[in-house]
Formats: sequence, structure tokens, C-alpha cells
Amino acid sequence: MGELKLMKGNEAVAEAAIRAGADGYFGYPITPQSEVIEYLMVEKPYERTGMVVLQAESEIAAINMVYGAAGTGKKAMTSSSSPGISLKMEGISYLAGTELPCVILNVVRGGPGLGTIQPSQADYFQATKGGGHGDYRMIVLAPASVQEMSDFVKLGFELAFKYRNPLMILSDGVIGQMMEKVELFDPIPRWTDEEIIEMSPWATTGRTMNRERNILTSLDLDPSRQEKHNEKLVAKYKKISENEIRFEKINCEDIDYLFVAYGSSSRICQKSIQLAKEKGIKVGLLRPITLYPYPTKAIQDMLGDIKGILCVEMSAGQMVEDVRLAVEGKVPVEHYGRMGGIVHSPQEVVEALEQKIIGG
Amino acid sequence: MAKIRGAIVVDIEKCKGCGVCIGACPQEVIALADNVNGKGYHYSYMKNPEACIGCSNCAIVCPDGVITVYRKKMDV
Amino acid sequence: MSEDILKEIIQPENIVYQKTKMMTDKVLSYCPGCGHGTAHRIIMEVVDEMGIGEDTIGIAPVGCSVLAYEFMNIDMQQAAHGRAPALATGIKRLWPDKFVFTYQGDGDLAAIGTAETIHACNRGENICIFFINNGIYGMTGGQMAPTTLPNMKSSTSPYGRDVKTMGNPLKMTDIVAQLPGTYFVSRHSVHTPRNVRKTKKAVRKAFENQRDNKGGVSFVEIVSNCNSGWKMTPVKSNEWMVENMFPFYPLGDMKIDGELVK
Repeated sequence: MGELKLMKGNEAVAEAAIRAGADGYFGYPITPQSEVIEYLMVEKPYERTGMVVLQAESEIAAINMVYGAAGTGKKAMTSSSSPGISLKMEGISYLAGTELPCVILNVVRGGPGLGTIQPSQADYFQATKGGGHGDYRMIVLAPASVQEMSDFVKLGFELAFKYRNPLMILSDGVIGQMMEKVELFDPIPRWTDEEIIEMSPWATTGRTMNRERNILTSLDLDPSRQEKHNEKLVAKYKKISENEIRFEKINCEDIDYLFVAYGSSSRICQKSIQLAKEKGIKVGLLRPITLYPYPTKAIQDMLGDIKGILCVEMSAGQMVEDVRLAVEGKVPVEHYGRMGGIVHSPQEVVEALEQKIIGG
Repeated sequence: MAKIRGAIVVDIEKCKGCGVCIGACPQEVIALADNVNGKGYHYSYMKNPEACIGCSNCAIVCPDGVITVYRKKMDV
Repeated sequence: MSEDILKEIIQPENIVYQKTKMMTDKVLSYCPGCGHGTAHRIIMEVVDEMGIGEDTIGIAPVGCSVLAYEFMNIDMQQAAHGRAPALATGIKRLWPDKFVFTYQGDGDLAAIGTAETIHACNRGENICIFFINNGIYGMTGGQMAPTTLPNMKSSTSPYGRDVKTMGNPLKMTDIVAQLPGTYFVSRHSVHTPRNVRKTKKAVRKAFENQRDNKGGVSFVEIVSNCNSGWKMTPVKSNEWMVENMFPFYPLGDMKIDGELVK
């Protein structure tokens, strides 16, 4: 058993970054995720592992520091919350177009605009459907516990480097702020410069005489070459879709209805399942862990046995569109979710299931 | 008597005929040719080669780096 | 002059100057007479002479010199508009023994990148920033830049820059010189051999400061022409630059070894 600690979600991310052998964290304060950089500054990881922590002048500067560092093959990370993530979208598009690995944490708060500091899940579109310009995708992991906040940093760097792609951990204000028991994984040593040069021959580490210079750019004014590049990206995303889907099924034996929910909403739905059972309603939960690639087939495989799906998310209804795409009209699909930073209660969710799916 | 003699070789196809080298030369060696290269630029050439002392002023000011400079001490 | 004499002079052992191998053989995409080509070559000559080509990482901007990586024979990254100093910070902090420089135009450094420029200088990053100032946005067709002179015409100031509505030109170099985090701040040009040699000395000083970890940014501005944007011939544009740009952006050292020059 690894080291056990009671930690805040944001703190678990910070500790995990040090243990995952991250080389650099570049961030900027914004509620509700400032604890990430505050923890890192207090921990002085430069003395622990040589990891650099820098507070940038803006979220834009931070994502571009990540871009520069990622271009040299180093493990670089940043974090922010919704309005700050909007600022990073240009950088994310560049990272995806240049095919650079990195981890970006979004601790989602209510929006749009300056919004509120309370939790929300209304950045789903931004994370999975674009946000930045152009045809690109980020791999998106959705933690639902402080344990997953820690584990997904390690997994995040693995996947980012496996596919040379930016990866987002899409959390929310509940998980960022709550405290739970975490089993911390054993520290992985930071890669040496030599290991980096060998592992990532594309990186700009200084052109040695035995190779051509490495140029990292997303610009190509020749349309046929640019198309080929985009086709290469599409093929990569297809490979990711085939190999990296992750989800969890809870209480899905012998059920009539299904909740589909991620992050904090999935935690709430677990309580809702119990409350529904007391009323004689048999409902289960499918929890997507990767939001891109989306567990479309996992939902489709369940359609024969259920009569309706309630998609529960703290938004006006964003992931529900992907659920409807998967279901293709075979069973009713409805959305329930509070907005503006309000977190729905388990009772509300059961009532919504009764009114919108069972009753309707 | 020994004299420093210079000469420049211009990469004609890469020269863009900007003319900055002409003013840089202290010896009035360079002029733009009447002929043009493949891109239609009047390229630089040594109009007065005897006057060239190989000082490299033209080469270091050339934006496209198309000039190579030679210099030799000769008995002439 | 006889052919024989020419043949005798033009021998490989008599070469006194040729373009450095640290520039690639590609034809430069810049307009005839543009200072970018000269500036590129000076920087690459210094990298060559200092023997640091294997340890140098350059960052190209957005602007005419977005394609700088086609011509500089070193590892390079292409930054989003204005962000180069942030990329440089990320790289230098994680590879402190490498030589890292940004190469930026006036829109990149003094408009959209103002925050990144000032904060990298304020933090005193151990990098070189090379700022090519031609008072106009060349790549996008000659629009007004933050460094465009008062009354100067451009495609977005067709009646001349009106400082009342469009603000005064921004002297970024003067601003960053005031910050404790800059170590060497200097302004030069590349339009005459004498100025090319001075610029090269400044570029060399900038890289030596980085090598010796002097604890601050080395910031070299190169006032340059844009004959296309200014709608002149190359030679005329250099003359115009001397008459109009230099009085506003005077050449010389502003800060040496961390001290402002009196």
C-alpha cells in the first residue's frame, strides 16, 4: 500500500505532479484551483526533484511556457479554471497542431464570462469539441474523486507522451476543493536530458551534428501538405478512440433506467441510485472516465435492457448531446442539471428521473 | 610591388537586386547588371573589378548573403 | 582586368568572407533589401563563431519572419503571436545550459506580446531577445504598428498616424531598460557595413551574457527598413530610415552590465 494522506483535490494534483516526474509547472492563480500552485510553491519541488514551478503573468503566458517546455520533450503542466482555460485555447490549438505532449487541468467553475467561483460542468463542449480553433482533439480525463485527481496526473503524462498530444483533466470545483483519502503513488524519477533526447528525437534540444535541425511549427502554407498533416492528426485521434476509452459501470445489473454522469455528478448519482431503490426504481450509472474518446459503444451495448437515460451534469446540457448521438433515438434521453454554481442534490436527481424519464 | 587585390562572386540566382551593396562599397566596384536572373532581378556584379580590395563591406551588408569575397596579395 | 588575374584571386584559399553554414541554403522569403536577412545572418554568424550551434534553440515569431526557421540552421520553435518570451522562459528554465533567443518584430513584441515581453524582462530571464523594429506590419500588408511614427502613413493610418486617436509610438526598448531584470539593452541597425559590425558586437555581447549567466535579459533592438510597407526602393528606404526613424529611435547602448548608460 502506498502512502495514505487526507488531501484536497487540488493539493493531490500538485503532489501527483511532483511524483509523476513533471519537469515544470507554469500557472496562474484563479479560484477554485489556486491551491495547485500554492501547494507546489510551499513544497519547493525544485529541492525535491529539480521540478521548476513558476507563476506566470497570465494564463496565456503560462500555456505558452508549457508549449516551449513541451517542445523540448519535457513533462510540462498547467492548471486553471474556466475563464483562464478560455485564455489558453490559442495555446492548446498550437500544442495540438504541433503535436506536443502536456497536461492541462481545468477545475471548472460557473460561467459564462466571469461567472462564479462555485462548481459547474459547463466546459464539456470547450474540452471535447474544440474551444480552440481548427480540427484537433484533446484527450480528456474526468476524475470523480481525489484519488483520481492524483492518479490521472500520472496517467495523463503517459497518454500525452504516448500520442504526442495535449491532454486535459476536466475536474470541477467540488472535486478540487473536497478532502478525501488518497493513496499516493510511488514517485517516478524525472527523465534525464539524455533520456529525453533519445525518447523524443523530434524535440528542440539543440541540433547536434548527427541530425537535421528540428523545427516545431503548426504553420504550413502549402494546402496539400497541411491537409496531409490534418489527416495524420485524424488518424491519431482514431487510434486514441480505439485504444483509450475508459468508463465505469455502477449497479448496472438488472436495471430499467440509466444515469450517465461524470465527475461530481457521478458521485451524486450514486446516492440517487440508493434513494431510487428505496422507491422501487432500478437505475444504474455509467460513468465516462474519458470524455474524449467518449464511451459511445459502452452506452449502445446497454440499450437493449433499459427504458430511458437521464444525463446528469451541472450545465444546460452538454454531454447529453453525445449520449443522444450514441443512443440514436432508440430510448428517451433527457438532461437534468443545475447551473450557476449550484450543485444538484441526490433527491432532485431522482425526482428528475421520475418526471422526465419514468413519468414522461 | 605587392598589392591587395579583391574579387567578389555573387550568387546571381539568389541576388534580388536591392542595390544596398552598391552604396556600401568604398571603391565603386559594384553595379546592377543590365541582364536579369531567373526571377527577373537585375543582379549585382563587379563593374570595376580592378578597384576591388576585398574589404567585404558589400557582403556583410547583403540581406540575402549572396556575396562571397576573395582577397589575395599579388605582385601587380 | 584579365581573366587570369581574376582566376588567381577567386580560389578557395583566398576566401575572406562567405555566408555562414549556420544559415541554410534556402532563398530568403524576405523582400529585396529587407533588414531581416542581414539580422538573421548576423545572429547565425555569432552562433557559429561561438561554437554554440548544437546548444542553441531559437523561437520564431508571427510576422514576416515567421519562416525564420527555414533559414536558421538550428532547432527552432514557432511561437503564437507575441508569446515568444513565454516559450523562451519555459525552455530556458528547464534547460538552463542551452542558449535560448527570441526573434520578434514590432507587432509581436510591442503590441500583442507586450505583457510577455515586459514580464520576461521583469523576471530577468537569462535569454536574448532580438527585436526587429521597422515601424509597420509587413507580413499582413503594411498596417500601423505600435512603433509607427507620428504622421507616418500605413494601410490602417492612410492619412498618417494621428497620435490623438491612435496613441504615440511605443518605445519598448526604453521601457524594458528601466526594469532591473534587463542586463544589456542596446539599439542598432544593419543598413551600412559599420552598423552591421556594431550590431554583430551587440549580438555577441548578448550571447556572452547568457553564457556567463549574468542574471538578466539581453535585449537588442535592430531598427530596420520595410521598403514594401513603406512603398520605397530598398536604398531609398534606408535613407528614409536614417532621416525619420533614427531621430525617434536613436542608436546606441542604453544599458550595459545592468547599469543604465548616462
